[in-house]
Amino acid sequence: MRRVYLDHAATTAVHPEVLEEMLPYLKEEFGNPSSIYSWGREAKAAVEKARARLAHLLGAHPAEIVFTSGGTESDNFALRGVAAANSQKGNHIITTKIEHHAVLHTAEQLEKEGFRVTYLPVDRDGLVRPEDLEEALTPDTVLVSIMFANNEIGTIEPIAELARIAKSKGVIFHTDAVQAVGNIPIDVKELNVDLLSLSGHKIYGPKGTGALYIRRGTRIEPLLLGGAQERKWRAGTENVPGIVGLGKAAELAEKELPQRMKHLTELRDLLINGVMERIDHVRLNGHRTQRLPGNASFCFEFVEGESLLLNLDLAGIAASSGSACTSGSLEPSHVLMALGIPPEVAHGSLRLTLGRDNTREDVEYVLSVLPDIVARLRAISPLAPGGVKEDV
Amino acid sequence: MYNEKVMDHFMHPRNVGEIENPDGVGQVGNPVCGDIMKIFLRIKDGRIEDIKFKTFGCGAAIATSSMITELVRGKTLDEAMTISNKVVAEALGGLPPQKLHCSNLAADALHAAIEDYKRKRVS
Repeated sequence: MRRVYLDHAATTAVHPEVLEEMLPYLKEEFGNPSSIYSWGREAKAAVEKARARLAHLLGAHPAEIVFTSGGTESDNFALRGVAAANSQKGNHIITTKIEHHAVLHTAEQLEKEGFRVTYLPVDRDGLVRPEDLEEALTPDTVLVSIMFANNEIGTIEPIAELARIAKSKGVIFHTDAVQAVGNIPIDVKELNVDLLSLSGHKIYGPKGTGALYIRRGTRIEPLLLGGAQERKWRAGTENVPGIVGLGKAAELAEKELPQRMKHLTELRDLLINGVMERIDHVRLNGHRTQRLPGNASFCFEFVEGESLLLNLDLAGIAASSGSACTSGSLEPSHVLMALGIPPEVAHGSLRLTLGRDNTREDVEYVLSVLPDIVARLRAISPLAPGGVKEDV
Repeated sequence: MYNEKVMDHFMHPRNVGEIENPDGVGQVGNPVCGDIMKIFLRIKDGRIEDIKFKTFGCGAAIATSSMITELVRGKTLDEAMTISNKVVAEALGGLPPQKLHCSNLAADALHAAIEDYKRKRVS
């Protein structure tokens, strides 16, 4: 049976060239970068090479990159670190209703610890309105955290404008760019952001790797205390093979970015247009054009997401959904709710995220099986109009 | 996640559909939590002569709906009333723990349909 992986927003396969660069550091190059002898010096050099590569991808200075264990740690570091370092200045944080849980749950914890948090709404396409940010800023605001691109619906936020508004009031601006890095061009200097979270495994690097970009001079405290690694910004012996892999993944992302964007955008539009043409009562989630090149997100009315995923899996297709059943809660995804989608429609969400290895044939295969799956589930559904009266 | 029996009922649900002018109809669940089960009954001589269902929901919701139609067809109403959600889950060889609460509602839908039948008969 044909197998098609369409969940690249969840994770990606390690690029063969990334694996190749990592292998020596899992074998003979096992030294601790903090050691002064040759093993240590070689490991240290490898970490610094990776740092330079990642900095180059972002338009940052290498000293502004701190390696972490991934996007979640970077988000925790940014929010908790800024909150701790600036609590004398104020206790107000602004974020949005559609952030990843790594930001949302950290913000909720900070609320318990005495911070006030404003969760900005979004429009029906998932875009934050700059005027809402402007209105929310107070003299007590110490941090604005707005994601670069949404993981579920793919909408790309107007980060440059939002950062400009925050910075004009002297407020630190953080962006969770886990889904954006490697998929669209990002230059931290041009965007004027202070903090940026990223993850290795979303860009064909290894899991358990990530980084936080920290603009020089940003008032922030470390999350993890201990040794003097990462110039005391992140204690703990470096994940050398992982960092080497992340560095290589960053280099490849920079080199391949124009082709990746073109390839993914073509496949995405083929997929979106094909689904909208072949299936009725379907809604495209997220902005039509201001969206990640590889993201296609839909809601199919009258059917439930987990049922869709199970059927797709039996057809060899890997996808994801924001239905309650797949989110592990009783309510559908907070992102789809924030768009104003009714719960019963949000339960029928399906996210297909493309990657560099996907082909036209993959998309055509999905388009050949998806309409029948939706039709079959609708025939069972009491919500579907003109319900089928006979056995199916 | 699901065992083979659950997947069999999910992919090949038994007795899907509606009954025209049914003797009893029961619906449980709500769109917010993502599960709606509707059961249609034809009753003859105090027994369930025919049963059909329509379900909006996850794999467990569809499989339990299908399973209960097999369990109660031909049974007396009193026998059918003794079938619980737990019995349905056991007949399927078990469900993942998180599904036992949210999607295991088929017996509730059946009982609602039987109550509907009894109400109609009285009136």
